[in-house]
Amino acid sequence: MKEFKADLHIHTCLSPCADLEMSPRNVVSEAKRKGLHVIGICDHNSAENVPAVEKNAAREGIAVIGGMEVTSKEEVHIVALFGSEESLFSLQEIVYQNLHGTNDEKLYGEQVIVNEQEEVTGFSNKLLIGATDITIEKLVDLIHEREGLAIAAHVDREGFGIIGQLGFIPEGLPLDALELADPSNRDRIPLEVRLPFITSSDAHKLEDIGRRSTTFLMQAASTAEIRRCLSGVEGRRMRI
Amino acid sequence: MTITLKVIAESLNLAVRTGRDQLERVVTGGYAGDLLSDVLAHARKGNVWITLQTHPNTVAVASAKELCAIIIVNGRTSEEATLRKAEEEGIPILVSPLSTYDVVCRLCELGVKNSEGV
Repeated sequence: MKEFKADLHIHTCLSPCADLEMSPRNVVSEAKRKGLHVIGICDHNSAENVPAVEKNAAREGIAVIGGMEVTSKEEVHIVALFGSEESLFSLQEIVYQNLHGTNDEKLYGEQVIVNEQEEVTGFSNKLLIGATDITIEKLVDLIHEREGLAIAAHVDREGFGIIGQLGFIPEGLPLDALELADPSNRDRIPLEVRLPFITSSDAHKLEDIGRRSTTFLMQAASTAEIRRCLSGVEGRRMRI
Repeated sequence: MTITLKVIAESLNLAVRTGRDQLERVVTGGYAGDLLSDVLAHARKGNVWITLQTHPNTVAVASAKELCAIIIVNGRTSEEATLRKAEEEGIPILVSPLSTYDVVCRLCELGVKNSEGV
């Protein structure tokens, strides 16, 4: 087994609130500079820049986990990570069907879709900053049906964190992990919550990439291996 | 002046989804909020809670804080699990087509006020 330093929650210039500098190539070079082995690409309610990041990362020997940060009906942010583009884009299709409104670039920012050569191929006109009308229970089910990981994002933040929005983690909600924005906040999460913790940067600008990371001891850099790590299968483990 | 849930339901033309047998409850004041953690921290016993959240956790919060009722705004539809849990716990859920601001305004006009300095 090997140690993999992973930052599993990074935005790109597709997210209206992220810096335009967060192009696929820049994200990958910054990840390389920060010594990350694995990056998770999670734009708000969309995954359209994942393929360009993957192609750039392949050249640099960095593994990409394609994902999305989906906003549930309750305005809880869930990081959904997948093992295949097919699963990822099938969730994106459902998210799009349940996401209403049009982006206003002046108010919220541009949503830039880029190809692997750093050429702008389009702008998403969806209101990616908005909430879907998918309940959190349904969302976790949809992710699991596609063999993805459902991780509650920044649980230690009030806005859009599951505990802030819903008071406590709903009983029986089969989350795979909780993401801390700051690992020193772990003590603030009630003890009865028996879920694994990870930490990620939630980077919206280049310098924040890798500011937080989780180190996984596992056999390979894949979503399936991360899943095994989260449940500690056969000596796999992680530290934040 | 005491104001019951029934008066509120009738005056604001609310759709009563659960707790039909609890409408004689006296309302002590109100709290409006969509962050359940904030409601847990600040709502007071007997308050009517105005929110757009429809998740089952709302019932647990209303129960824990001994709130009088939940008023759902913007005509949003509660999850089945929420309605089931609310019936079990005896928490009235009432729905208004109005926004939070307008519901609060109407409650004020009715005389639903929080006592000061509590």
